[in-house]
Amino acid sequence: MSDRKPVIVGAGPAGISAAVTLVAAGLTPIVLDEAPRSGGQIYRRPPPGFTRSRQALYGFEAAKARRLHEAFDALAGRIDYRPETLVWDMRGGALHCLSDGRSSEIAYRDLILATGARDRIIPFPGWTLPGIYTLGGAQIALKYQGCAIGRNIVFLGTGPLLYLVAYQYAKAGATVLAVLDTAPFAAKRRGLPGLLKGATTFAKGLWYLASLRARGIRLESGVGPIVAEGDTSVSALRYRAADGVEHRIACDGLAFGFGLSSETQLADLAEIPFRYDAVQQQFLPAREVSGRTPVAGIYLAGDGGGIAGADAAELSGERAALALLEDRGQAVDKPHLAAIERTLQRIAGFRAALETAFPFPADFAAAMADETILCRCEGVTAGEFRRAAAELGAAEVNRAKAFTRCGMGRCQGRVCGPAAAIVLAAALAVPPERIGRLRGQAPVKPIPLAVTA
Amino acid sequence: MSEHLTADVAIIGGGTAGCSTALHLRWRRASVVLLERGVCGSQASGVNYGGVRQQGRALAELPLARRSREMWSRLAGIVGTDCEFMTTGHIKLARSDADMGELEAYREAVRPYGLELELLGRNAIRARYEWLGDAAFGGSLCSEDGAANPRLVAPAFARAARAAGADIRENAEVTGIERDGGQFRLRTTDGLEIRAANLVNVAGAWGHEIAARFSESVPEDVIAPNMCVSEPLPYFMVPNFGVCGGSVYVRQIPRGNVIFGGGRGIADRERLRAYPVAAASLAAMQQAVALVPRLRHAQLIRSWTGIEGIMPDDIPVIGPSRTTEGLFHAFGFSGHGFQLGPVIGAVLSELILDGATPTPIEPFDIARFTLPAPANP
Repeated sequence: MSDRKPVIVGAGPAGISAAVTLVAAGLTPIVLDEAPRSGGQIYRRPPPGFTRSRQALYGFEAAKARRLHEAFDALAGRIDYRPETLVWDMRGGALHCLSDGRSSEIAYRDLILATGARDRIIPFPGWTLPGIYTLGGAQIALKYQGCAIGRNIVFLGTGPLLYLVAYQYAKAGATVLAVLDTAPFAAKRRGLPGLLKGATTFAKGLWYLASLRARGIRLESGVGPIVAEGDTSVSALRYRAADGVEHRIACDGLAFGFGLSSETQLADLAEIPFRYDAVQQQFLPAREVSGRTPVAGIYLAGDGGGIAGADAAELSGERAALALLEDRGQAVDKPHLAAIERTLQRIAGFRAALETAFPFPADFAAAMADETILCRCEGVTAGEFRRAAAELGAAEVNRAKAFTRCGMGRCQGRVCGPAAAIVLAAALAVPPERIGRLRGQAPVKPIPLAVTA
Repeated sequence: MSEHLTADVAIIGGGTAGCSTALHLRWRRASVVLLERGVCGSQASGVNYGGVRQQGRALAELPLARRSREMWSRLAGIVGTDCEFMTTGHIKLARSDADMGELEAYREAVRPYGLELELLGRNAIRARYEWLGDAAFGGSLCSEDGAANPRLVAPAFARAARAAGADIRENAEVTGIERDGGQFRLRTTDGLEIRAANLVNVAGAWGHEIAARFSESVPEDVIAPNMCVSEPLPYFMVPNFGVCGGSVYVRQIPRGNVIFGGGRGIADRERLRAYPVAAASLAAMQQAVALVPRLRHAQLIRSWTGIEGIMPDDIPVIGPSRTTEGLFHAFGFSGHGFQLGPVIGAVLSELILDGATPTPIEPFDIARFTLPAPANP
C-alpha cells in the first residue's frame, strides 16, 4: 500500500513545509487542518475580505508569512487539502475526522503530526473573569479579525510572546498599560549568552522591548502574586513588584501566558511513548531530530513535538517529510538533511537559553492560593486538588483527576493540566516527572453528539 | 529488600469486592493483607458506568443485589462518604411490543425477591419523562435503583479498610503463590512475602489466572464496555436508563454531564490496557440522541473503557474453591459487578469466618465450569 497518500495533520509552518516537500517528491498528501485557512497560529490568515496588510499582521515575519502562504497556495490541486477538519481520534491505522457535522475515517500508512502548540497558563485569583485572555488568544483576536481584547490592557506572564503581543497591540493603537514579566531580571541575564546565539530572534526581542519602552509603557520583571479584580468582567489587576511594593492597575483587558505547551493528544492516541522534558517542563512524545518516532510510519514535526518556534517548525516539517520519503525508499539529499539537522540543533540550544531567560514560574503555580480555581471547566480549586493528594492519597495526576474531576471537563486538562501537575507535585513534595501526565482520551476536542457517521 | 508478613487472610485484587472484603474482615478482627497490582479501583471497579442497578439482573443475582442495595443506602456510614450514590430510579426502556412483553414477564419473575417494578406504557412514560423521544415505546421503572461515582467507591472502601487496620498494599504485584503446610505463601515484585491461612481471589479479569494455579481452570473472557460522557448540561434527567437488549445506557449526574455507554472497546488483558473505539462511541451517541433528542445539542468530551472479566453464562464465580481449602473466589462479574461490590465483602467474610453465608450463592459455584455436570438420574 505504498501508494496510499501520506497524511499531514496541521497546516501551520511545519505542516505546510512537509506538504511542499512531499509534493516536490511527486506525492499527493492529504492535509487536514482545523482552521478554515492555512498558516497555523503564527501565520494565521484573516477571513476573506479582511484587508490588513501582511506587514500589519505579521511585522518582521511578513516576508516569511508571504512565502509560506504562497507556497501553500501553489500546492492547490496537488494536495488533498481539507480545512475545518478536526482529527478527533485515531487507532488501528485510521484517523477519525470531524468535518461539517460528519465523522469519517481516513486510513493512513504514513502520518506526519504537525499539531502545534497552545498557551501555557497558570491560574491566579480572578483568571476566569471575562476580559481576560491568553496571550495567544489576544494575538488571534488581533491577527484574525483586527479586534483588541479591551481598551486599556495589561500583559502578564513570561516568554517572548509576552513582549511580541504587547508590541503588536501597542502598534495597532491599543492602550497598553503595563507589561508584567514574572521572570526575574537576573534570569534574563543568565539566559543572555545563549540568546545571543539566536542573533536575529534576539534582536527582534530587543526591538519589541525598546519600542514598548519608547512608548512609555511600564515594564516590570520579577512580578509576584497576582489578583484580577472585577464583578462581571476584569476591572483591575493587583500585583506585587520585584521590590515588594503592591500595585493596582485599573484595566478592562488582560492577556496572560507562560510560554507554550505542545499539543500532544494525537501523539498520545498514536501510542508514541512520552518522556519528561526538563527544559520545557512537560512530558513530550519521543522523536528523533529527523521527526521519526518509535511508532513506524508516524512522524512529528513542529511545536507539537516540543516547542522550538516557527522557523524550527518549518525546518522540522521538511525534515519529517524527507524522513518519510527515505523510509519509503526514495533517495534524498543527505548533506541537505545534515544541514537541516544542524540548524534544528542550533535552534534547540537557543530554546534552552530562552527557557533560562523566561523560566516557567513553577514556584508561582506551586504557591497558588487554595481558593484559586485551578480547573475552570469543572470548577475545581487548588485546595480541593491538594486535598486529593493529602487526604485521598492521589500520588499521580490521573488519580487526582479521578477524585476531583480536575482535567475532566471540556478542555480535558489541556488548559489546567500543566499547572495542576505542579500543584500536585508541590503538595506531595516530589519532582513533577513523578506526577505523570494526564492520559489522552478521544475526542481530542469536543465533538457534537449529533454527528453523523 | 524483603519484608515478611503473616495474616489470617490475604486478598489479591483491590477492586470494590477486595476492599470491601478487607473492611468486613477487619470489623471481625481478622488480620488482612490486600495486594493490588496498580492502585485500588483502577480497573473495572473504577472505570465502569456507575449504575447501581438491580433491574435486569439474572434472577440468581437478585439475593446478592438486594443485600448490596441495602448497603449502598448505608454507604456513608460504612466508608465515610456516599461516593455520590443517589437513588435516581432506573428505567428499562422498551422499543417494541415484544420488549414490553419481556418487561412484564420479568416483573412477575422478580416479585418473589421483593423487587418492585412499575410498568409504564407509552403515554405514561412520555408524560412522566418529557425528555424521552419517540423511540421510547414504554418501560419498566425500578425506583430504588440508582447510580454512584465509580471513581470514588473502591478507593473509599480501601481507605476505610486501612483505617480499620487492614494492610493495603498498592503497586504490589503477586509473582508467586504457593500452598505449603496448610498456609498460602505469596510473594510480590518488590520482595514482600506473606503467609496467610486464607486466600481471597478477587482479581477481576485476571481471576482465572489465580484459580488456574489451584487446578481450577475456568473460561473467563474479557470485555471492554465503551463509555462516553458529554459536557455538562442543565440537570434534567434524574433516572438512569437502559434499553431492552442493552445496546445503550444513559444517565445524567447533577453536575450536568451525561454519561452513556454502548458497544465494546478493545481490551488488552496482557498489557492491562483498554481502548475506546470510535465506531462504538458514534453508535452510542446516535442511540442516545434518538432516545433523548435534546442531547443532539450536546458535545462529547471524553470516551473511555476498562477491562472486565466475563463468564460464558454472564454471572460471576463466587464461593469457596473446590480444590483448595482456605481459597475463596469472586471474579468474572461479566460487566455488572459494580452494584455487587459492597456485598461481596460481606459474603466472603462470612464464608471465611463462619464457613457459610445466609445469602444464596450456589449458582456461582466455580464447580459449574470445573466439574463434570451430574448425570441425569
